[in-house]
Amino acid sequence: MNNVQELKKAVSKNSIYIVLVLLVIGITIVSPNFLSLSNIINLFTTESLKGLLALGVAFTILSKGIDLSVGSIVALSAVVSASLIQEPTYDAQLFPGLDMPISLGVPVAIIAGILIGTIFGVINGSLIAYTRIPPFIATLGSMVVARGLAMLYTNAYPVPMLKPEFKAIGQGSLFNIPNLVIVLVLFSVTAWFLLNQTRFGKNVYAIGGNDVAARVAGIKINKNLILIYTWSAFCASVAGVLLASRTGSGIATLGVSYELDAIAAATIGGVSHSGGVGKIGGVIAGILILGVVNNGLLILGVSPYIQQIVKGVIIVSAVVFDMRKNAKKM
Amino acid sequence: MSDYILEMIDVMKGFPGVKALNGVTLKVKPGTVHALMGENGAGKSTLMKCLIGMYEMNSGKILISGEEVHIKDTISALSQGISMIHQELNVVTERTVAENVWLGREPMKNRIMVDHKRMVKDTVELLKKLEMEINPNELMRNLTVAKTQMVEIAKAVSFNADIVIMDEPTSALTTSEAEQLFKIIKSLKEKGVTIIYISHKMDEIFRICDEITVLRDGQFVMTDDASNLDINKLISLMVGRELKEMFPKIECEISEPILKVENLSSGKDFRDVSFDLHRGEILGFAGLVGAGRTEIVECLFGIRPKTEGKVWVKGEEVDIKEPYNALEKGIALLTEDRKKTGIIPVLSVKDNIILSNLGRYTKGIKLNHKKINSDAEEYIKKLNVKTADHDTMIQNLSGGNQQKVLVARALLTEPDILIVDEPTRGIDVGAKAEIHTLITKLAAQGKGVIMISSEMPEVLGMSDRILTMHEGRMTGIIGRKDATQEVIMKYITGSVENMEVSYE
Repeated sequence: MNNVQELKKAVSKNSIYIVLVLLVIGITIVSPNFLSLSNIINLFTTESLKGLLALGVAFTILSKGIDLSVGSIVALSAVVSASLIQEPTYDAQLFPGLDMPISLGVPVAIIAGILIGTIFGVINGSLIAYTRIPPFIATLGSMVVARGLAMLYTNAYPVPMLKPEFKAIGQGSLFNIPNLVIVLVLFSVTAWFLLNQTRFGKNVYAIGGNDVAARVAGIKINKNLILIYTWSAFCASVAGVLLASRTGSGIATLGVSYELDAIAAATIGGVSHSGGVGKIGGVIAGILILGVVNNGLLILGVSPYIQQIVKGVIIVSAVVFDMRKNAKKM
Repeated sequence: MSDYILEMIDVMKGFPGVKALNGVTLKVKPGTVHALMGENGAGKSTLMKCLIGMYEMNSGKILISGEEVHIKDTISALSQGISMIHQELNVVTERTVAENVWLGREPMKNRIMVDHKRMVKDTVELLKKLEMEINPNELMRNLTVAKTQMVEIAKAVSFNADIVIMDEPTSALTTSEAEQLFKIIKSLKEKGVTIIYISHKMDEIFRICDEITVLRDGQFVMTDDASNLDINKLISLMVGRELKEMFPKIECEISEPILKVENLSSGKDFRDVSFDLHRGEILGFAGLVGAGRTEIVECLFGIRPKTEGKVWVKGEEVDIKEPYNALEKGIALLTEDRKKTGIIPVLSVKDNIILSNLGRYTKGIKLNHKKINSDAEEYIKKLNVKTADHDTMIQNLSGGNQQKVLVARALLTEPDILIVDEPTRGIDVGAKAEIHTLITKLAAQGKGVIMISSEMPEVLGMSDRILTMHEGRMTGIIGRKDATQEVIMKYITGSVENMEVSYE
């Protein structure tokens, strides 16, 4: 009797991981190729950049907010970064003649890309903290502005022909593990550490759970909101730089609707939009579920349009399921 | 035909880690006011929520007039003639009184259009019948807590319910407002309505109730005529032990001033408030609802802006703009509204306890989880918080236990000045006495305590001096020896004013 109840509890607590495992098993049965090492690495690599965004966006959702600007930040970071590390031989270089030595150029390109994107996080956070406008509105504004800036900066032309040393970052791998996957793992660990091992993490949960009570309890709401949105934008900027590096060019239309995938992953992973509830493990599982579905359906040769429909259904069912689970606790 | 209008037999209900109801039986005779008594966490609210279908019973039966019924949600409860006024009021704040009363069952002109005229007319009639002076076109958010409560009562009555459940209806009412409620209860009773009444206020119970059922720790204790019981007997039934002292005041030395406030004002909320607070002293704040007491402490704590005046803490002038400034200066606040400004509902008991103290658990950037766990455990034990473990979500605890968690949060910051705003509102006798003892002990340790309370015996029993407020103005500070219920009443109704501070 007691064992049955405990098993039920364990299942309900870990349902997201169970769903993931079942999905993997199901797809493997239909198509044994799915579980090949090369396919798994491929899957992780494909999802890694959106995964980065999800790790950032999860913090904003945990604090009962949202970040719609991350997709545009990817584009802005990508084009800024790319523009600083083009081959001087390319005749339509954005800054004609710019040719920093590699040891300077690569760090400058990376840092500039990350910096420009992260600034948007500071702006998002400050807007939300000091004007009290809803995060949806603040980041919707930033989303449009950042995309506009990326277009303006490049005149809507691609910024291609990046130096190979820069491309090596996103295209390379270490012990057969793609760098992108390594970065995702590093960021996952960092995000977990921030949420579970630091004061900042406790503050994020408290603000999401009840911001008025959190303020009365002595939490610096404004400072933490700025940190939250800065972290989200930072993740997006890193993704932007990596994307430019991987594809070998910066394009102002990169990352369109990435924010929705990131939000979807976090949501499927059990991060509650009512704030204060969610775990990094869940977010990772959410990313992987979306990835497995994408990759699995592709392997099975299902039309990409059907993939979209399946994704939509998964998002909604995940939330319905999660809410029912939480309602039962009452 | 049964003798009882309502019988709940052998009700069991469990939550994760807690057995909330364990074979509880409740039998209510028609046309009576039946009190449901018990400490916090005894299972009163849970039992009622089972009755109206908000919770599903694990086992047990419900009989209405002798016939077994199955109530699966609040709608089916209403159709069985059962309606409940909740402790935490649920209203649509941006809609009018009339719209709230008829919410979900608006009178219709035809299939599509709502008949607003009739809705208002019906509301006027309803309110008149209950002798409530409320404008049906007023927005709910403009009403006081007391008026909001009355609208809820009117709404419950409008269902023509045979059984009306009232959960702590007077916890936010002033004495005169409570009187009006008792009149309404009496007239309902005369109309044959049965009332199940949950309250912690003993005097009320004996004034208005015919029968009393006592629960303790989810178990049925007894049901008896109110006339066979008295306060002491009832308390010992509820807590399972004799309770000698409700207000165990320890006489202690009152030493140097620790807080000084001069001409403090905050916009129109209150103006020109001056007082000082000494180590070892409990300073009571008395006043009617809306007198500005809460606003003063919110201003001191940095929740509400200060427009004028000066504040000194331990002799040093301070400028407190945000709550964290106040905490840095050694001030802790237990707020009035547990749900809104106190608990983080989805977080664990542990995380709620340590929330104000995170800075002290940080080594470098990493939190010291070992210390966090041991501190949380220590305070759960110290304050006797009833919880399965420290990882339980605080929203699964009863009101009194949530309050204890918040007290723990305040104490963990090791404040020199502790401000408590209605510290025992809506919590049971046992927990009340525990919190009173704690406050007195803290004063004895040399802390300064400010206590706001609307319960006169509490203010009188606990305070060394009492600051009285009337409509945003301070009307006096009265020493313990001069303070009687009558004197305080005169000061808080504004009929007497005496700014002189009297000691002893």
